[in-house]
Amino acid sequence: MKSMGQRSGMGGAALAASQPVLAEYGYNLQAPASSVAHHVFQLHNLIMLVCLGIFVAVFSVMFYSLLKHRKSLGHRAAHFHENTAVEVVWTVIPFIILMGMAYPAARVVIDMKDTSNPDMTVKITGYQWKWSYDYLNDGIRFYSNLATPREQIDGSAAKGKHYLLEVDEPMVVPVGKRVRLLITANDVIHSWWVPALGVKQDGIPGFIRDSWFKADRIGTYRGQCAELCGKEHGFMPIVVEVVSEDAYKAWVAKKQGAAHAAAADNAKSFAVAELVERGEKVYQANCAVCHQANGMGIPGAFLPINGSKVATGPIADHIRVVLNGRPGTAMAAFASQLSDADIAAVVTYQRNAWDNKMGDAAQPAAIAAARGGTAEAAAPAAQ
Amino acid sequence: MSDAAHAPDAHGHPAPPGGIMRWLTTTNHKDIGSLYLWFALIMLFAAGSMALLIRAELFQPGLQLVRPDFFNQLTTMHGLIMIFGVIMPAFTGFANWQVPLMLGAPDMAFPRMNNWSFWLLPVAAILLMSSFLLPGGAVAGGWTMYPPLFIQGGVSYDLTILAVHIMGLSSIMGSINIITTILNMRAPGIALMKMPLFVWTWLITAYLLIATMPVLAGAVTMLLADRNFGTHFFNAAGGGDPVMFQHIFWFFGHPEVYILILPAFGIVSQIIPTFSRKPLFGYASMVYATASIAILSFTVWAHHMFAVGMPVAAQLFFMLSTMLIAVPTGVKVFNWVATMWKGSLTFETPMLFAIAFVCLFTIGGFSGLVLAVAPVDIQLQDTYYVVAHFHYVLVSGALFSIFAGIYFWLPKWTGHMYDETLGKWHFWLSVVGMNIVFFPMHFLGLAGMPRRIPDYALQFTDFNQIATVGAFVFGFSQLVFLAVVLKAIKGGAKAPARVWEGAEGLEWTVPSPAPYHTFETVPAVK
Repeated sequence: MKSMGQRSGMGGAALAASQPVLAEYGYNLQAPASSVAHHVFQLHNLIMLVCLGIFVAVFSVMFYSLLKHRKSLGHRAAHFHENTAVEVVWTVIPFIILMGMAYPAARVVIDMKDTSNPDMTVKITGYQWKWSYDYLNDGIRFYSNLATPREQIDGSAAKGKHYLLEVDEPMVVPVGKRVRLLITANDVIHSWWVPALGVKQDGIPGFIRDSWFKADRIGTYRGQCAELCGKEHGFMPIVVEVVSEDAYKAWVAKKQGAAHAAAADNAKSFAVAELVERGEKVYQANCAVCHQANGMGIPGAFLPINGSKVATGPIADHIRVVLNGRPGTAMAAFASQLSDADIAAVVTYQRNAWDNKMGDAAQPAAIAAARGGTAEAAAPAAQ
Repeated sequence: MSDAAHAPDAHGHPAPPGGIMRWLTTTNHKDIGSLYLWFALIMLFAAGSMALLIRAELFQPGLQLVRPDFFNQLTTMHGLIMIFGVIMPAFTGFANWQVPLMLGAPDMAFPRMNNWSFWLLPVAAILLMSSFLLPGGAVAGGWTMYPPLFIQGGVSYDLTILAVHIMGLSSIMGSINIITTILNMRAPGIALMKMPLFVWTWLITAYLLIATMPVLAGAVTMLLADRNFGTHFFNAAGGGDPVMFQHIFWFFGHPEVYILILPAFGIVSQIIPTFSRKPLFGYASMVYATASIAILSFTVWAHHMFAVGMPVAAQLFFMLSTMLIAVPTGVKVFNWVATMWKGSLTFETPMLFAIAFVCLFTIGGFSGLVLAVAPVDIQLQDTYYVVAHFHYVLVSGALFSIFAGIYFWLPKWTGHMYDETLGKWHFWLSVVGMNIVFFPMHFLGLAGMPRRIPDYALQFTDFNQIATVGAFVFGFSQLVFLAVVLKAIKGGAKAPARVWEGAEGLEWTVPSPAPYHTFETVPAVK
């Protein structure tokens, strides 16, 4: 691995000089920010060079023939149609070139697959259509949603600089640490891809696959889901912020504090207005993709909430649908995704928004009770 | 073609029924060949329109014309129809027309089954296309049909499974027919190693079809069972594995790639010697290379799945076996170039398309080599680089070879020369348009644009706009092709039996247009 490290060092220096150009025009692989991405960048350059050389050589011959061996120039056809020596040569030489390419490639494969000795481990789960990050060492867990406003997508607002590549909660990692990723999915296959870090790994529901990266530069790296996962496949970006060790520690402390605050919220009681205000944000982040901001859904595909029987019926049934989803449809179970306080807020919002003027509210305690209740109620039903 | 069909011929065959019944009941290989080709052309315009709608939506960032779920329906149906409705039927059409003519056989071995194989296709196409009108729309899970996403869809997903079954049946019956014809109905004197290369490539393709279509049928049957009968083949919660589907699918899917390109190699290998006025260089090595590609194609499937995650040994094996395919493919390209070398070249439209094929297919081959290298593939998997790669192989490869073949044999089929000026317009518009659409997609993929997305980040705008402009040029220039074909059917300069100066082979010994029945007495082959 040592010689490869040295080569990547040299390549990195050459690359640093040309980086702004690459970033601006985007006609090559993104500027690598991890050792694996460096290796891949160089491997690609090497193969491109070989291919280009062969292409120019072969097609120079062909175009020479096209120019010179024309009937219109009076060229008369020769009649040779085989030559064993030539045919053996042009079978053997490509084989040797290919093996020459396979050797460095195999070394990179082996390096990519070596996920041993990580400094930290993050479990990443793909959902339709967002990601969650579980910091197994620090006990932090959060969801990461597209942050680009719908108005920008529909064209009613100007598009921002990081259009479609921005999230509400980025993944944060310290620079220079080996981060092992455990990647899976909840519903369908997704693929976690950050080009600059050289990681693309499918998340497969029911299985865990691993990958790793060691970011060598502080910065923000953006990627997208790379496996077709349904209608919002193009709208579940990934943002990784690589920060200094100190900044990472501060972020961990902040997130842990926020988790305590969220736990405290679950024990509180709120006024209807407070819940509606909080619920609107939860709704925009989790429900609006399908049910739409106006609660009308999409006819034929997603049911409306505005005026629906669930949102204007008994509140206990409403809570149950949000917690457990509707199996066999696109309606996900939010029990494991949202806190008691957030579910209470979003249920309250749905019952009081648009034309739904129920005036009632769900409190976090009711959600906690429903969680306990559903587990017991669901078990006999399943048998 | 049509005049000759209606009069009873010298051998006392009754005249075929007129009107639609002629086509519904025909067992004539030439009629069935034409049906396959017309079906492919109609489907080309259908799936091409979908591609133009996709490109129009991608002209700029944001959602303008279609919603994301409809966008996914378009990409899925575009892929399914182009593969199963355009390229495969077009090649089968060529086989129907040319295999008996090239081998001196009076017809295909099983004429009635031949009729049935064709008429299954419109049924499958109607099932597929009508699903656009069903609640929830057409199938939107990608032509690769990966579960669990495919399990989530509505009734159109079941229709798609049924359509795939029917198309598979059609392909298997067509292949049995082609193999039997080739092995049993060659005129005396045509040994296997004397067959035209087009016949060789189809023989090998037909074996690939028979080996892989049942695998696809098994895969989609398991999907059907998971969707409707409570099985868990691909559901981890029930002890299944979604990745197993991908292994089964690509065990079919990679040989399928060669099913889509081997007959193209065959067509080009007929055309280049003709317009070089020189025999094909390395005939035997061409046959061996085709066979090696076919055999290797069963050992490389998991290179479509590097990002799924595999053990190191598996990744290395599939990387090496995939790279190995470059060797026989390279041999073919070298042989074509050597055939042209020191020939006496002319550049009629079939030759232009054949030369473009050699050059542009090689670009697709090189991007395939880049993708074979597992670490690079992991970066590029599911990006526009892959889209560029397989369109170079399937548009400038398979489709261009089909154009080349049509121009090459159209005078034989219709008895009229096509309009050479219009043909050249069609060629230049297509070749320029095609490169404007697909070349920038390499850059988009390298820079990180995923495929199958209806909207994209701002840095991808420029290349997407270029691609969209190219797509409209390329798409609308196919109307020129339609005009050339219609014009040649209606009239034009009378074509001689041996249409091209350098043409060799039995098909050029029969008059143009080829009579409704040919080779009823066995031809003498020297």
